[in-house]
Amino acid sequence: MSYETVIGLEIHSELKTNTKIFCGCATTFGAEQNTNVCPVCLGLPGVLPVINKRVVEFAIKAGIALNCKINNFSKFDRKNYYYPDLPKNFQTSQFDLPIAEFGYVDIEVDGKVKRIRITRIHMEEDAGKLVHSGTTIKDSASSNVDYNRTGVPLIEIVSEPDISSPAEARAYMEKVKAVLEYLDVSNCKMEEGNLRADVNVSLRKVGATELGTKAEMKNLNSFKMIENALAYEIERQEEILDDGGHIIQETRTWDDAKGITLSMRTKEAAQDYRYLPEPDLLPIITTDEEIEEYRRGLPELPDARKERFMEKFDLSSYDALVLTTSRQMADYFDAAVRNGADAKLVANWIMGDLSKHLNLENKDISESLVTAENLATMVTLISKGTISSKIAKTVFEQMWKTGDDPEKIVKEKGLVQITDTKAIEEIVDAVIAANPKPVEDYKSGNAKSIGFLVGQVMKQSKGKANPSLVNELLKGKLDA
Amino acid sequence: MRLFDKPAHVLHDMLVNKEITAVELLNDVFLRIDEVEDQVKAYLTQTRKTAFEQALFVDAKIAKGETIGFLEGIPGAIKDNICTMGVKTTCASKMLEHFVPPYNATVVEKLQTQNPVILGKTNMDEFAMGGSTENSAYFPTHNPWNLDCVPGGSSGGSAAAVAAGTAIWSIGSDTGGSIRQPASFCGVVGIKPTYGRVSRYGLVAFASSLDQIGPLTRDVTDCAHLLNILCGYDAKDSTSINATVPDFTKSLVQDIKGLKIGLPKEYFVKGMDADVERAIRTAIKKLEALGAEVVEVSMPHTDYAISTYYLLAPAEASSNLARYDGVSYGERVEGIDIVDMMNKTRSAKFGEEVKRRIMIGSYALSAGYYDAYYVKALKVRTLVKQDFDEAFEKVDLIVAPTAPTPAYKIGEMNSDPLKMYLQDICTIPLNLAGLPGMSIPCGFTNTGMPVGLQLIGKPLDEATIIRAAYTYEQSNEFHNSIAPLGEDKK
Repeated sequence: MSYETVIGLEIHSELKTNTKIFCGCATTFGAEQNTNVCPVCLGLPGVLPVINKRVVEFAIKAGIALNCKINNFSKFDRKNYYYPDLPKNFQTSQFDLPIAEFGYVDIEVDGKVKRIRITRIHMEEDAGKLVHSGTTIKDSASSNVDYNRTGVPLIEIVSEPDISSPAEARAYMEKVKAVLEYLDVSNCKMEEGNLRADVNVSLRKVGATELGTKAEMKNLNSFKMIENALAYEIERQEEILDDGGHIIQETRTWDDAKGITLSMRTKEAAQDYRYLPEPDLLPIITTDEEIEEYRRGLPELPDARKERFMEKFDLSSYDALVLTTSRQMADYFDAAVRNGADAKLVANWIMGDLSKHLNLENKDISESLVTAENLATMVTLISKGTISSKIAKTVFEQMWKTGDDPEKIVKEKGLVQITDTKAIEEIVDAVIAANPKPVEDYKSGNAKSIGFLVGQVMKQSKGKANPSLVNELLKGKLDA
Repeated sequence: MRLFDKPAHVLHDMLVNKEITAVELLNDVFLRIDEVEDQVKAYLTQTRKTAFEQALFVDAKIAKGETIGFLEGIPGAIKDNICTMGVKTTCASKMLEHFVPPYNATVVEKLQTQNPVILGKTNMDEFAMGGSTENSAYFPTHNPWNLDCVPGGSSGGSAAAVAAGTAIWSIGSDTGGSIRQPASFCGVVGIKPTYGRVSRYGLVAFASSLDQIGPLTRDVTDCAHLLNILCGYDAKDSTSINATVPDFTKSLVQDIKGLKIGLPKEYFVKGMDADVERAIRTAIKKLEALGAEVVEVSMPHTDYAISTYYLLAPAEASSNLARYDGVSYGERVEGIDIVDMMNKTRSAKFGEEVKRRIMIGSYALSAGYYDAYYVKALKVRTLVKQDFDEAFEKVDLIVAPTAPTPAYKIGEMNSDPLKMYLQDICTIPLNLAGLPGMSIPCGFTNTGMPVGLQLIGKPLDEATIIRAAYTYEQSNEFHNSIAPLGEDKK
């Protein structure tokens, strides 16, 4: 039977503020346990929260950039539930009047553009972290709590169930991540957990209007995990439905090592969070003028930048998309072009060799020793014919390892392309003389054998001979 | 010379004039505590050593010829739900039996700039839930005017200490009448300022949108001085009001000529004690005689105030008290797993009244009941506010009883929580509306128990309350009466 997949994402993003959402504690990741804490974030008796204005500012910016309506009147609510990583046993969050609603992003999968609607964006505080004595909660005799993360500001971005495939889910997550990065409101370091998603998925018969029963997978913090977990879950649900079974509404956990999802807890009886308007905080009033002010202050966003790359640099839609998905990469590209590099050529190098090296070593473009300026110089050396594309690969390897200036590398290693006709002619003559058989073959109509001869010339010149010149001279001599 | 029975402003003048030293004053209060505290039981914790050091410090200042502030060297006490750094703050609960806050409440910080002498922490109803101080997990406090009676509550310890002379002044908190009602029962002055006037930072929350800190004193003059110290905006409390605080001592004038006073007929409830009604009516006549113009006003939603309060306050409490789970501070009863530990801790360490309110509150917030109870209560709260808004279009001040009865016998109301809740009819509407209200002594019942008159002001208009209260107070001797305890009883 054929099914339609319905996916919705709840993305949690930690905001990049220096201090926590309701107190002055630092938000630094990886600090010694329970050092970034104070009476307020520990929820001691008698303390009161004070909203960090930057959190509201960042949330509004995210709302505008994700095409939301910003609510002029918004408020905080308490979400009541007991868990030891939650010192007050309620999470200060937003319930019925979130800061932003009714947004969307456009994603592109296989060249097709699709609009994914965003239900709402709300602000909330993060919880602490349980540190188990064993490897998992089940095999631990005891657990401790690290409250450093308690009160780190979060926004939760909730999508409508408009996503129809794992690839779309990934594209949506990538797009949201790109927007947050461009706004500089989140570090978006998924491996540190500051961008993570709860994924809801259900299936329904093609053409059905009612949604099927969904399963939720929490805290997926890499694109691969999202894709893999969804692919597995879709298959699991398909099998159950094909066998005439029913999907149980539940939270499932993704076991990344085994590549399977496992039942965590059933949601048959929906948890009652007994939401309560937060009496210790005032409502957040944002005027239309303030919203306009924020709108004017926004940087160029991924969609606009992609357009610009396509129009100004004549890049393909795909290339422009890849380059603009990461703000750092797009900034890098812009810097290289500013330094005189040919746009198309430098785009290829960024998406090619540079990305390959980054991926292999799992690095961020900001950690690359190859600066945009140096890459621009290298690309210009190619454009001017000073080095061949092939030599450039050698130069790039060196740049990647040492961060050296490409001109210096070329000079020191003597990699300058030989464009002196006489010097090449000497080698050509020698190669023709030493290889009578291939010469005969060529002359008797086997055009392919010229390739061998070109290769020999290049080899003897240690790769420095200008390949097109070699071709030209060889042909001239053989055809004569 | 007895010192413990004098108000702070008299003692301040004596210190300034070097008639007494702070240590002499403190020793006299210590003697009084030694004499009567066993009977009154106002204190949960006494801090005699630091109190003595504080007195010495102030005497050194005076000896050096330095000027001293109003409260310097004057012994006072703080309700045990206000956080004091390094000093146990239990909220009269077993849950926080050994809890020592690592920080000071803003009001404590403010007081400390004055170098007062802090005698200790006073008894209360557990987590401020109650009106008799019988809900203390440790022991009940007794009314200094009749030891068989309750002192009122929840700030019963604070009121009893001032009435017994075991403190010259004290700090309480008021969520539904918890300063005014015990002030009335114990014959002292107590004010709940406008919501947001005094920072709540460091006040252990019961119902956040209703809680307010205020002073209990011997007379209106002391009350005005204390307000000057306590009031003011605090960046640590988002609900504190950023408004200028007038010098309240400027309102200590005897002039209410032409002041329009409203008398809400709904506050003279059925079943009101006859002696109380007589005392109140007499006081109102006196106010008229002093030049005020008294008119009747109507507050039609008063009847609903109690049920509104007993939904909203428990709802907020159920969330505020969720943090006491045995995980990182407070008491813990071990269990087989985390849920079991939390259940056992909360079952064992909370008292009956606290559990009752947590259950009511959780119920009111539950899915399916939220709109019918919580949301509806919020709407009625708005109506109660509107009653006051309309009344204050016609009058400058509203006067009413503080409580419908005088202090009752310990144990008398235990079997009937509903009857106890009805006691709050005259005080709760102010908390719902956020208005300031003061209770001042206005006479005695035939059995000699004090009666309190409640003065209710417009938002942020504590000044008018003080002016009227002072004018009234100066026309009688009620505030100079001392509870018959110890030597006085003989």
